[in-house]
Amino acid sequence: MPITNDRIEDRSDPDVGASVGRAMAHDSAVAHVRGTAVYVDDLPEPKGTVHVVPGYADIARGRIDTLDLEAVRNAPGVLDVLTASSIPEVNDCSPVFGDDPILAADEVSFHGQPLFAVVAETRDQARRAARLARIEAEAIRPIVAVDEGIENGGDLMPSYTFERGNPALSIKACEHRLEGRFRIGGQEHFYLEGQVAIAFPGEGDAMRILSSTQHPTEIQHLVAAMLGVPDAAVVCECRRMGGGFGGKESQAAQWACLAALAARRTGRPAKIRLDRDDDMRMTGKRHDFRVDWRCGFDHEGLLAGVDLAFSSRCGYSADLSMAVNDRTMFHADNAYFYPECRILSRRIRTDTVSNTAFRGFGGPQGMLAAERMMDAIAIHLDRDPFEVRMRNLYAPGRDITPFGMEPQGYRLVRRIMQRLARTGEYAKRRRAIARFNVAAAEGAGHLRKGISLTPVKFGISFTLKHLNQAGALVNVFGDGSVQVNHGGTEMGQGLHTKITQVVAEEFGVDIGRVRITATRTDKVPNTSATAASVGSDLNGMAASRAAGVIRRRLARLAARLFQVRERQVSFAYGQVRVGEESIPFERLTQLAVEERVSLSATGHYATPGMTWDRETVSGNPFYYYAMGAACSEVSVDITTGEMRIDRVDILHDVGRSLNPAIDIGQIEGGFVQGAGWLTTEELAFDEQGRLRTHAPSTYKIPTCSDVPADFRVSLFEQGRNRMPTIHRSKAVGEPPLMLAISVFSAITHAIASLSSRRLPPLDAPATPEAILRAVAALRSEAG
Amino acid sequence: MRNHIRFIRKGQIVELSDVSPTETLLDYLRLRERSCGTKEGCAEGDCGACTVAVGRLRAGRIVYEPINSCIALLGMMDGLEIVTVDDLAPSDEHLHPVQSALVSAHASQCGFCTPGFVMSLFALYHSRQRADRSLVNDWLAGNLCRCTGYRPIADAALAACTGEPDDAFSRRSAKTHALLESLIDDHDIRIGDDESFFAAPASEDALVSLLERHKDATIVGGATDVGLWITKQLRSLPQIVHTGRVASMHEVIVDDDRIEIGGAVTYAEAEAALARIDPDIEELLRRLGSKQVRSLGTIGGNIANGSPIGDSPPWLIVLGAQVELRRGDARRRLPLEDFFIDYGRQDRALGEILLRIVVPRPAANEHFRCYKISKRFDQDISAVLGAFLFRIEKGRVVHARMALGGMAAIPKRAFHVEGALVGCEIDDPDARARAMDLAAKEWERDFSPIDDHRASAAYRLQVSHSLLTKALNEVADRPTSDMRLIDRRDLHRIEIGDLNNSHDSHPNAMDPGSPR
Ligand SMILES: Cc1cc2nc3c(=O)[nH]c(=O)nc-3n(C[C@H](O)[C@H](O)[C@H](O)COP(=O)(O)OP(=O)(O)OC[C@H]3O[C@@H](n4cnc5c(N)ncnc54)[C@H](O)[C@@H]3O)c2cc1C
Ligand code: FES
Ligand code: FES
Repeated sequence: MPITNDRIEDRSDPDVGASVGRAMAHDSAVAHVRGTAVYVDDLPEPKGTVHVVPGYADIARGRIDTLDLEAVRNAPGVLDVLTASSIPEVNDCSPVFGDDPILAADEVSFHGQPLFAVVAETRDQARRAARLARIEAEAIRPIVAVDEGIENGGDLMPSYTFERGNPALSIKACEHRLEGRFRIGGQEHFYLEGQVAIAFPGEGDAMRILSSTQHPTEIQHLVAAMLGVPDAAVVCECRRMGGGFGGKESQAAQWACLAALAARRTGRPAKIRLDRDDDMRMTGKRHDFRVDWRCGFDHEGLLAGVDLAFSSRCGYSADLSMAVNDRTMFHADNAYFYPECRILSRRIRTDTVSNTAFRGFGGPQGMLAAERMMDAIAIHLDRDPFEVRMRNLYAPGRDITPFGMEPQGYRLVRRIMQRLARTGEYAKRRRAIARFNVAAAEGAGHLRKGISLTPVKFGISFTLKHLNQAGALVNVFGDGSVQVNHGGTEMGQGLHTKITQVVAEEFGVDIGRVRITATRTDKVPNTSATAASVGSDLNGMAASRAAGVIRRRLARLAARLFQVRERQVSFAYGQVRVGEESIPFERLTQLAVEERVSLSATGHYATPGMTWDRETVSGNPFYYYAMGAACSEVSVDITTGEMRIDRVDILHDVGRSLNPAIDIGQIEGGFVQGAGWLTTEELAFDEQGRLRTHAPSTYKIPTCSDVPADFRVSLFEQGRNRMPTIHRSKAVGEPPLMLAISVFSAITHAIASLSSRRLPPLDAPATPEAILRAVAALRSEAG
Repeated sequence: MRNHIRFIRKGQIVELSDVSPTETLLDYLRLRERSCGTKEGCAEGDCGACTVAVGRLRAGRIVYEPINSCIALLGMMDGLEIVTVDDLAPSDEHLHPVQSALVSAHASQCGFCTPGFVMSLFALYHSRQRADRSLVNDWLAGNLCRCTGYRPIADAALAACTGEPDDAFSRRSAKTHALLESLIDDHDIRIGDDESFFAAPASEDALVSLLERHKDATIVGGATDVGLWITKQLRSLPQIVHTGRVASMHEVIVDDDRIEIGGAVTYAEAEAALARIDPDIEELLRRLGSKQVRSLGTIGGNIANGSPIGDSPPWLIVLGAQVELRRGDARRRLPLEDFFIDYGRQDRALGEILLRIVVPRPAANEHFRCYKISKRFDQDISAVLGAFLFRIEKGRVVHARMALGGMAAIPKRAFHVEGALVGCEIDDPDARARAMDLAAKEWERDFSPIDDHRASAAYRLQVSHSLLTKALNEVADRPTSDMRLIDRRDLHRIEIGDLNNSHDSHPNAMDPGSPR
């Protein structure tokens, strides 16, 4: 029986009184609903706290001639104005390449780039003062769109290619050939809590920073480098974020640096909290793409050759664009075998904000290209796209990815798709929709329907090997209570809850005994960002190891004290069984203190078998794959372009779920976020390179009514990771976002019903306007 | 004259005399009271993270309405009970029913949106309606959540909001009632000096005479527009004159032939009356802003703001609405269509107040239709808003009125297009097509659509044609299930007078043939 959102079941092992597998509430759920969960901006501000607000020029690109900050300085409440020259050492907040100034010096690289920052007694004073700068600059016409970038701006970094066989030849030799170009929009993270940090100057060169960040270690490092102090002088801490989604992986650092700089210069605690409009202008987003595709296939739709050229808008600097675009390439096959292929990725420089990590990290764009091809083939051949998809799935003998690896466990995709087609009554509904569309066309009705079932196969691991590690610290106290610290950050994904469960399981105690404290760089050092969906894979393993060390010490002690063998000691239900006897866990921990046994331990984990070599395009970039499928049904108004999602069915594999409630939450939330990306979320830049949609009044993420009432989500019940991950679970943070490609595909099919064998020229996002444009194009071709 | 405001917090009356004219309620809560449960997500009324509930007496009963505290002015809170997320539960063990339903449904992830949802649901819980999904969608349209995908939140709402409130607030309602009553007086409020003040006169005359003296003062209804001038444009507005306390401007009068709406009437107050005109108006109001916006926003403000994309003017124009204005003792009335002169210019003098709007009700042979087209269905500004009225005699259109929003610098009637429609035999599809062709030729004389990041001019143009087609088809009795994705009129089971239970748009019920 599948686990669905109607019936979230425990998958725990009843024999061990386990925590793992149970649908436990989020560890902060009660605090969330009471408003007592504390975010950075909610902490009582120490007396004397100053407030920092960044300022920028109204141009996207150009040389600054005059930066006159006189009026800013003289504004009420202003204590200091920070510029590039205020920075003692390194003016950089980039994750890798050293090309993101904290404050731009004399060159503006995108509209909204901070040039200075006001430090004032109140935030209101700082905001007002920031608008008083007089900036004279020589504006240069900015390169804004990808196409302009391809023509004028060029590449930000070298292109990268996966190639097998001779796709040009094999496509040429095919009975059927198709090619096309389409565009995929970017996406604003729209975490509900905007970027925020507060810095507390300490004794000497010490600095403590609270930040809403997915990557405390990076902030520690960048702040130290900026101030010219050792990493050991800086502590960065994060209890929770009000959402991250990749937008606080590299993008949180700049604000933490500015807070730290203000704190250092004023000697007072300094807080920065971006206004939403500034946040949307100043921080990077999901990369938008142009995709040029070509493929050759037989009369049944079986691919012989594929040529995919991706060009992404990276913005003015590298940020994480290399890894993001690599991931696009890794997922340009989604779940399909490309016998001969070329996958080319160009990373285009533009005079716009530097694009960054966003849930899926480039993968969604790659997959969308694959699914677009599937739809094109099916429509061209007038076949059921489900059939075409199934035919092209990886299969024995057809199981090498474009980068030369066998995608382990790929067979699961087929099983999941078949099963979902059955439970979702795909075939029957497709027939009914065909009838509906015929009747609507005959009756000159304005509505059409479409349905689509698409798979997801998403590679799990950081593709940069050294990031695949994590640490944890576990302290057990005499009273039997447990503290866990690990390198991962909590952004709502339930990581802390899962880690608590893992540690409780290790000691056989109720999760109520286990406490997770804020993520801090002085408790667990040298961590990776909480990203790439591997938060619980890595940190869960590290925490379980740390707890395991203590448990074994306790077992050894019990064995010695009670004269039994260590094997005869077990932990369950808050009790420790020692041979025939049983003592409360807290009795044993008390004894441990008395017997001078250490109850503190660290654990470390590094994912095994990471062999990817980017230079030689060889080896294995992923530890395993997460998989799922979704079937979406939509209605479209062909006279206005409006669209409704009528029903969604999802079947997704999370391995052995650590917490089915949290996993279902990730699936539903990811799906809806993906649906927003592909439908109503539209980033509009004007020719001057200014983002026009810099607030929720113009940038529209889904609301409650955009989610169909008929939303059926199930976990694949036989799920079990073949790799020895933590309790055989699978990562779940990112993969479900790509389930939403089924919505885009269903819209494609609703529009395609207007014509015969023509692929609607639909770009993403499929806004009402984009839909209507595709409808008009199809009709004019048909007419 | 009072030089302070009074409101109820946690069962106690709070008196404040240090209220700066543009201080927002959210800043008061977070910075002054240090109740940090309420969050700021956008400071412009769009995300709902700052939602609080305000209680007031309506028809002798306490009514709780959700509002966006980020753009509400503190001064406007006079006479209200303010309930925030911090007030709902005495301890972790004793959660409010909507809070425990949210916990049980796993309805929070990052938790930042959650306080806002709690407060919207608190208001729904006290609305005494049994929630269904479309009602929940409606009440939550002003709350964004980026994490959960809403399903668990909607489930929690369905579980908790059963129509029978039973919580600490309902139990102490008699006491609250008495407190609220004790706050009612007819004093004019004026905090500050001549240079800088917050004022809320209690009568029309006091309002008018204050505006005579301070012509540059900013008139504020619900502040759902003005609030953004403060939080986003950082405009300095030293003199604020709030209309909310003027009783005569809160009147809604329903007559057989017309409905009169006072200039300070909120959408929430007007909804039930206006819905009687036509179900399309009910639906339009449902999609205008969000519950939060409609709790404070006024139709008067929507008109006075003069925006080319305001949702009220087009249908009011088509219905032949008139506005009544007053400055000093001078009163005048003019057709709404003449009120809008040019972009940003209306026929309203400085310090002149919009007193009321008079909306004629269509006759039996007049057929009204109204459509809102926006990028997102809920809580979005219209790309195009189309309103149509056809008088039909003996199967022919004898008179047509049509106005579109988003299609020119002002909300505008389409005189030329209207002319082309007269004479059309409504039941004959070919005649309709011919009328459309004729109309299409006139289009450019009436309209030059806006071109911006919400929608291109080309899109608006095309859609505006589509809307006329829809309207003609529907009036000719094509079922709306062929013509609309949402809000099918034929499925619209509204019982007039019982509008609270009428949110029956069934997006899924269109195709009985499709298996589900
Ligand atoms: C999140 C959000 C969503 C919104 N969605 C929509 C939408 O979907 N459709 C739409 O049309 N609008 C929308 N709006 C805009 C706004 O809500 C409306 O325009 C509203 O009707 C304004 O009314 P108000 O009372 O709040 O006006 P205020 O902000 O108080 O005032 C607006 C203007 O009118 C003037 N004014 C107010 N009352 C009077 C009076 N009696 N006499 C003379 N002048 C007066 C003010 O001086 C000011 O210039 C939205 C706003 C927000 C914040
Ligand atoms: S903070 Fe977003 S609506 Fe108020
Ligand atoms: S739980 Fe994170 S925004 Fe709603």
